Amino acid sequence: MRPVSGGVAGGMVFDKHRDFIAELLTRYPVKRSAILPLLNLAQREEGCVSQAAMREIADLLDLTPPQVFETATFYTMLSLKPRGTFHVQVCRSLMCALVGADDLLAWLRAHLEPGADGATADGRFTISTVECLGSCATGPMMQINDDYYEQLTRDKVGRIVNDLKQTGDCALKSGPFMMPERK
Amino acid sequence: MKTFEKILLKNMEQPGYAGSLAEYERAGGYQALKKVLGRVPPADVIDTVKQSGLRGRGGAGFPTGVKWSFIPRDHPGPRYLCCNADESEPGTFKDRQLMERDPHQILEGMAIACYAIGAQTAYIYIRGEFRLAATILERAIVEAGRAGHLGADIHGSGVTVNVYVHAGAGAYICGEETALLESLEGKRGKPRTKPPFPATHGLYQQPTVVNNVETLANIPHIINRGGAWYAAIGVPPKSPGTRIFCLSGHVKRPGNYELPVDATFRDLIDDLGGGMRSDKPLKAFIPGGASAPFLTPEHLDVQLDFESVARAGSMSGSGGVTVMEDGTSMVWAALRLMEFFYHESCGKCTPCREGSAWIVQILQRILNRQGRPDDVRTLEDICGNIGGRTVCAFGDAEIAPVQSTLKYWRSEYEALIAEAGALNAGRKDIPVLSVS
Ligand SMILES: Cc1cc2nc3c(=O)[nH]c(=O)nc-3n(C[C@H](O)[C@H](O)[C@H](O)COP(=O)(O)O)c2cc1C
Ligand code: FES
Repeated sequence: MRPVSGGVAGGMVFDKHRDFIAELLTRYPVKRSAILPLLNLAQREEGCVSQAAMREIADLLDLTPPQVFETATFYTMLSLKPRGTFHVQVCRSLMCALVGADDLLAWLRAHLEPGADGATADGRFTISTVECLGSCATGPMMQINDDYYEQLTRDKVGRIVNDLKQTGDCALKSGPFMMPERK
Repeated sequence: MKTFEKILLKNMEQPGYAGSLAEYERAGGYQALKKVLGRVPPADVIDTVKQSGLRGRGGAGFPTGVKWSFIPRDHPGPRYLCCNADESEPGTFKDRQLMERDPHQILEGMAIACYAIGAQTAYIYIRGEFRLAATILERAIVEAGRAGHLGADIHGSGVTVNVYVHAGAGAYICGEETALLESLEGKRGKPRTKPPFPATHGLYQQPTVVNNVETLANIPHIINRGGAWYAAIGVPPKSPGTRIFCLSGHVKRPGNYELPVDATFRDLIDDLGGGMRSDKPLKAFIPGGASAPFLTPEHLDVQLDFESVARAGSMSGSGGVTVMEDGTSMVWAALRLMEFFYHESCGKCTPCREGSAWIVQILQRILNRQGRPDDVRTLEDICGNIGGRTVCAFGDAEIAPVQSTLKYWRSEYEALIAEAGALNAGRKDIPVLSVS
């Protein structure tokens, strides 16, 4: 494998993931397939997909930076601009809306007062709306960074926001799929 | 409702079952794989799946054994299996449960499928938001590899199957099988024109099978108990088996319910779901995910199988059943779904890209009491110019909510437009609304 370096940033984004990347490239017969895993990794590392990261990915996969840019801009989870520490993604699709998603979103916005770009002034929260996250029986729901929060009420959302502000984590996040309670 | 045996959710509904390899093996897991590897010729495995009559659970309901048999036997290069774990159809959440609660059931199904079609490499394309499911699957793959159920020379049979989890990054369209392949190749997820079909020109232009998570989870059971056993459940010969239905909306107990498809929507909604959440009666329900036309209370006794739902004028699709109570605005519901489709249109085909935006604008202005007298006709006209005119089935899907609500609740549209007429009488300006 070629050394993980190159690009203007000199390989800074992925340097500490050399072993993972070497293994990743063995999974696909065509290197380009590793774009999404690398873009996802870049965003995880830096909070967004930077120009430097895209150049580095191009270098790693023998592509041009525009090819990486072309792919990156198709996918809604990838952001070219930094977002708040906590990316609050509220599902607004029909099934969640039927059970109160709009009310919750309005409450969150009133409570956190984000600017036009969805980010709070202190940069801690960015609020976005997203489409169905595959959790419609336990709606309303939201995803904050990697974690799902389900069966939300105003109270619960208030506690989640407070916990995140205070400790950076919240015990109310969902574990593996909730079964419907049987009677 | 008559009693029946669950197939897919059976293990995980045992108290305490967490889906580890040990638990799965104790429940008889990986026996099917051992039964076929090196003992049953791949063609016979395909025949068993054909005989079972199993049909794809991803939405289109294509017979799985038939799909596998399209893979050319004499192909000199590699073949691939892709497990479709993109699950992004609003109202659908069964694959997530299968992955998070019993991952080995899927992995065993995948290993058997790979053996049957001669693939050494399989990818699980999972939507990027499902981080927990992806982690659970990755852990399960390592576990299964250590136990010799996956990897090189499985149980000394000489068969190699490597399974990798590949996460998407937010795009509903990547659930469409050819868009999935494009995305897996590292490109924008835009559907390919068919033919050629993935069976001959799939991933990296090699023969490829794309199957849904739930489809693959059925495979070990069919191998263990035989095609004839499966074929006798549900509504043979066309719609055999059980299915997991995802119940959401205004019901008492929303959730996933597995039941044989000879049950009815009433069984699902009233018996299992506990009925409506309040004393408001049911007004409408969607029988098969956001892409399926709405149905009415008159359709509650329709059976859950593919053909019955189609005869009722809708589709069984992904198995997502969403219930709406009296008082829910059908124009609003159609708009919510349409906003989803507008957001998710990949932009490749003009009718879908432009049409979805126009429909959203028109629905928004109708709902905002600014509708115009000819808006209903315009909606019908736009829908008529999208259906059947796009590369993939997304175009047909996105018009379903609008066309079906117009069919059954046209008066709601007309009432809103009449209100607008009264409200805006004498106004000369034409309100222009931007799509959010
Ligand atoms: C717009 C669109 C979205 C789709 N999304 C999914 C999906 O999320 N999961 C899935 O399994 N199939 C989805 N499908 C169906 C797939 O194209 C394909 O038919 C299916 O994965 C085949 O597997 P099966 O035969 O096991 O059902 C989608 C189809 C379309 C047109
Ligand atoms: S509609 Fe919100 S998770 Fe499905």
